[in-house]
Amino acid sequence: MSAPVTPALLYLDNVSVSFDGFRALNALSLAVDHAEMRAIIGPNGAGKTTMMDVITGKTRPNEGTALFEGSHDLTALDEAAIAELGIGRKFQTPTVFEMHSVEDNILLALKDNRSPLATLLSRRTARERERIDALLERVRLTAHRRRKAGELSHGQKQWLEIGMLLAQQPKLLLIDEPAAGMTDQETADTADLLRDIARTQAVIVVEHDMTFVRDLGVKVTCLHEGSVLAEGTLDAVSANERVVEVYLGR
Amino acid sequence: MTSLRRLLQAFVLLIGMVSAVVAGPYEDALPKFAADSYADTEAAIGAVAGSGHAQALNLVEALRDGRLMVGAGQVYIRDAAGQFVEAATGRSMEAPVGAKPVRVNNRVRRAVEAALGSMTLLSPDAGIRLDAARAVFRSRDAAALPTLEKAIGQESDAAVKGALESARAAVLLAKPDASSSDKLAAVETLRARGDQDALALLSSLPEGTPAGVSEAAIKAAEGIRSRLALWNAVQNVWYGISLGSVLLLAAIGLSITFGTMGVINMAHGEMVMIGAYTTFLVQEAIRTHAPGLFGVSLFIALPLAFLVAGLIGILIERTVIRFLYGRALETLLATWGISLILQQGVRTIFGPTNREVGTPAWMSGALEIGGLSLTYNRVAIVIFAFAVFATLLLVLRYTSLGLYVRAVTQNRRMAGSMGIRTNRIDALAFGLGSGVAGIAGVALSQIDNVSPNLGQGYIIDSFMVVVFGGVGNLWGTLVGAMTLGIANKLLEPYAGAVLGKIVLLVAIILFIQRRPRGLFALKGRAVEA
Amino acid sequence: MTTQSVLDRQSIIVLLLLAAAAVLVPVLNGAVAPGSPFHLSDHLVPLLGKYVCFALLALSVDLIWGFCGILSLGHGAFFALGGYAMGMYLMRQIGPRGVYADPVLPDFMVFLNWKELPWFWQGFDWFPFAALMVLVVPGILAFVFGWFAFRSRVTGVYLSIITQAMTFALMLAFFRNDMGFGGNNGLTDFKDILGFPIQAASTRVVLFVLSVAALAGGYLICRWVVNSKFGKVLVAVRDAESRTRFLGYRVEHYKLAVFTLSAMLAGVAGALYVPQVGIINPSEFAPANSIEVVIWVAVGGRGTLAGPILGALLVNAGKTWFTGVLPEFWLFALGGLFVFVTLLMPRGILGAAKDLYAQAGQRLKPRPVSEPVSQAAE
Repeated sequence: MSAPVTPALLYLDNVSVSFDGFRALNALSLAVDHAEMRAIIGPNGAGKTTMMDVITGKTRPNEGTALFEGSHDLTALDEAAIAELGIGRKFQTPTVFEMHSVEDNILLALKDNRSPLATLLSRRTARERERIDALLERVRLTAHRRRKAGELSHGQKQWLEIGMLLAQQPKLLLIDEPAAGMTDQETADTADLLRDIARTQAVIVVEHDMTFVRDLGVKVTCLHEGSVLAEGTLDAVSANERVVEVYLGR
Repeated sequence: MTSLRRLLQAFVLLIGMVSAVVAGPYEDALPKFAADSYADTEAAIGAVAGSGHAQALNLVEALRDGRLMVGAGQVYIRDAAGQFVEAATGRSMEAPVGAKPVRVNNRVRRAVEAALGSMTLLSPDAGIRLDAARAVFRSRDAAALPTLEKAIGQESDAAVKGALESARAAVLLAKPDASSSDKLAAVETLRARGDQDALALLSSLPEGTPAGVSEAAIKAAEGIRSRLALWNAVQNVWYGISLGSVLLLAAIGLSITFGTMGVINMAHGEMVMIGAYTTFLVQEAIRTHAPGLFGVSLFIALPLAFLVAGLIGILIERTVIRFLYGRALETLLATWGISLILQQGVRTIFGPTNREVGTPAWMSGALEIGGLSLTYNRVAIVIFAFAVFATLLLVLRYTSLGLYVRAVTQNRRMAGSMGIRTNRIDALAFGLGSGVAGIAGVALSQIDNVSPNLGQGYIIDSFMVVVFGGVGNLWGTLVGAMTLGIANKLLEPYAGAVLGKIVLLVAIILFIQRRPRGLFALKGRAVEA
Repeated sequence: MTTQSVLDRQSIIVLLLLAAAAVLVPVLNGAVAPGSPFHLSDHLVPLLGKYVCFALLALSVDLIWGFCGILSLGHGAFFALGGYAMGMYLMRQIGPRGVYADPVLPDFMVFLNWKELPWFWQGFDWFPFAALMVLVVPGILAFVFGWFAFRSRVTGVYLSIITQAMTFALMLAFFRNDMGFGGNNGLTDFKDILGFPIQAASTRVVLFVLSVAALAGGYLICRWVVNSKFGKVLVAVRDAESRTRFLGYRVEHYKLAVFTLSAMLAGVAGALYVPQVGIINPSEFAPANSIEVVIWVAVGGRGTLAGPILGALLVNAGKTWFTGVLPEFWLFALGGLFVFVTLLMPRGILGAAKDLYAQAGQRLKPRPVSEPVSQAAE
């Protein structure tokens, strides 16, 4: 079977996943373009996290196609290989290396040779130093660079994780509920940051916070029971009868 | 009292005199032994054997063993202790001066054997007849043939008759001048008997056996071999089931604690050990206070072992494990420490040597089915293991404790938010798991040495069972235990006990790599979290 | 930058103390008169040497447990394999001086009526080959075992249990006579090593110094590994394995590399241990031994490189003392130690000391001004 030619950066077609008979994804199809930002909404259990698991290689689909840049079959690769291809992921609960300093967290994420021998022999170059400085500046953690990541506040950890994502220089960023647990100001800042990132890289954001999604101002896909319920602008999706029924509420 | 004894003595004397006066073929034959002629001795043996006299067997045996003495024309029997009795009356007496043993040659010896065979083969006691038939089967003495025929003709007991027929077949096959048709019939008889002895006989026919008979014997031997191999395999499977039940007993409590709390309890084996020592104490108490209850001692020990081990389990959970929640590796180390303390504690109290735990009479002996031999204690343990399994299954299925335990196993956080007090469930589940281990100890005290190290022998095997079967799934534990038990016993004949165990360990290590969550793994998001 | 040089203050202290031991022990044993209270008697030298080997073993366990979260309950297997490799060399050195005076075959083989040396005993009469095997045999076992285990993502207690099963299986195997390693009795009755009589006091002192040197070397290697970016990845794996994966690191390769290195260190420890105690037998594979190593690490403080050394020395000295004075109570003490450390001192002595030091420092120093940059809501 030859892979279908697609111009899309990420192309999911007819993807299904079931756990012990429960269908977490049900013939899901989705395409995301280069440098596009997409917001994914949907009730709990709609399959948002499972979709991310499939894209990043954590879960293998029972059937369906998942292609990256038209040619890489994501269903056949493991997490590390997919990360190397240029897909970065931020988890729902911020996951940083708590015992490492903030800058070591960024250092570990920097795009570089990931083999054990290379890391054993690596010495930090001036270029790397500059990259780290720039990234810390961008996620506003310069003042905390030497602190242990575990000591940061919840919002700071979210930003550190976004910083780590950027350090990987991925072509596609998967971001799960970045606004959870943030203050209004932080939420707005985060939206700014994501819009900025989306100028050069593709971003998929999963979010429940409708204000935040409106702030992003991008195409929205609503998932329900493992497949796409509606797709379009936030206004169009919000007007959809089914979306209102299963998710937004009347 | 003394007068009574005198009276008795007089009575015995009288009987002796009467029997001496009323002479029969036995008494008539006796002087022939004193004639110092082989021909006379041989004739006398025949007469004595046919006499049916109470002393006859004793006398022929004495002759065989060189204990039949002649002195001054009289015949005496010297018993094993060196005492002399008069052959004619059975009265004991002083050692006669100048008594010599009756001389024997090969002909006399054969006559003795034949006489012994006929006296025993025709004995009114079925047990003696059976032993005699087996003796002839081994000796294959042609001299016994006529007596055998006679015995077969009048035998009514099926088991004895079978043994007699086997004996006749063995004799016929060994007898050079038996007809081919007789020999073929003998081969057929042995084929039907079909055990190891028959196989040995069939595969070692004497020189000069007719070709047709040899062929039939080879075919029959092959048939017996495959039949024996089958029984052997069945026997091994039985040993496997028996070992599997032991593993099931040892592992099932572990499966509960590991399943609910994700905690590896390295002191689990010591709970088994404590159960075994509880059994020992119960039996000690019964021996001193109520010996009549010994037959039910295990049933008294069961609830006590459950309580003792269960309470110690709850104590461990409350004082140590609950503080280590979420740190599985640390729990493993702490419980290892506890296991060391418990072992040394038991060693200090009861000493380092094995303690004797008795087996009630109803558990000794064996059940024979075809080529199978099932010892009652193993049968009891298999039944017991399945009973414990079924009980636990019902407890987990139908009680509220079981419901809560299952809920916590599947999704601890969700169970917590539903209002289940996961703390209390942890303690109870730990107590339940430990209590079941204690019960296992009662059973294992019957087949293993009760020593402070009892538990250590089971810990790795139990983990293998749980890990192989899949965590938090009782059926998985059952399948795991039986698979490992049977595989172990089927491997043993080929690889030896130690190598078989190594092969199995390596196989499980490889298996865990293929299916890290075991045979019956829980799947889904809850498990990943 | 948070990267420090390989020789930080703690490392310098550790190395200085080891150097002091390497100098003091020979001096107190050889140069101080036997009557003096400072004299170190001959039988204590191999005892101390044994402790040093245990310290290296503990260091190897800490490298994987403290820094990568792999709790091996089977590291005694690698230690024993290194020991057997050295034992085979020492056996071959006996030559015709054995009880049966066979020029080639060790006594136990003559006893078993073997006619020729099995293939896997070839070459062990040559020290460089034996020394290589001390590294290669544990290394290969660790590599093969780790290859299967880490690739299939066996982690946590599952991994701990199968490492224990591994050493248990090896113990059963080495107990067999037909394995060709002396069965139950193992390898013993050694005569000399590299031409020096193995019982001589001077040889023992040299072995002690070599053990200390090996420990110092092992420490430096671990320090270098831990301090590199590789070491940071290890800690990342320990704290958030799947996050590390999503960053593009092949976690299994890292685990495999560090597990193999650790096994080799353990092998070296075993090789130095055998000539000093004079015997190696299958009981070294006993699962209980491997678990005991873990408690040395925990007592000293895992995740620090000085901790396991301290822990191994303290616990073993305690064991020697207890088994001399109150043998009944040693297992109570050891068991209690397991419970105490895991419950009340999870970071070990060094961790606890660090915490105390930090608290004292906090009290002395003025509190840092709270940063205005913080955007945290709370």
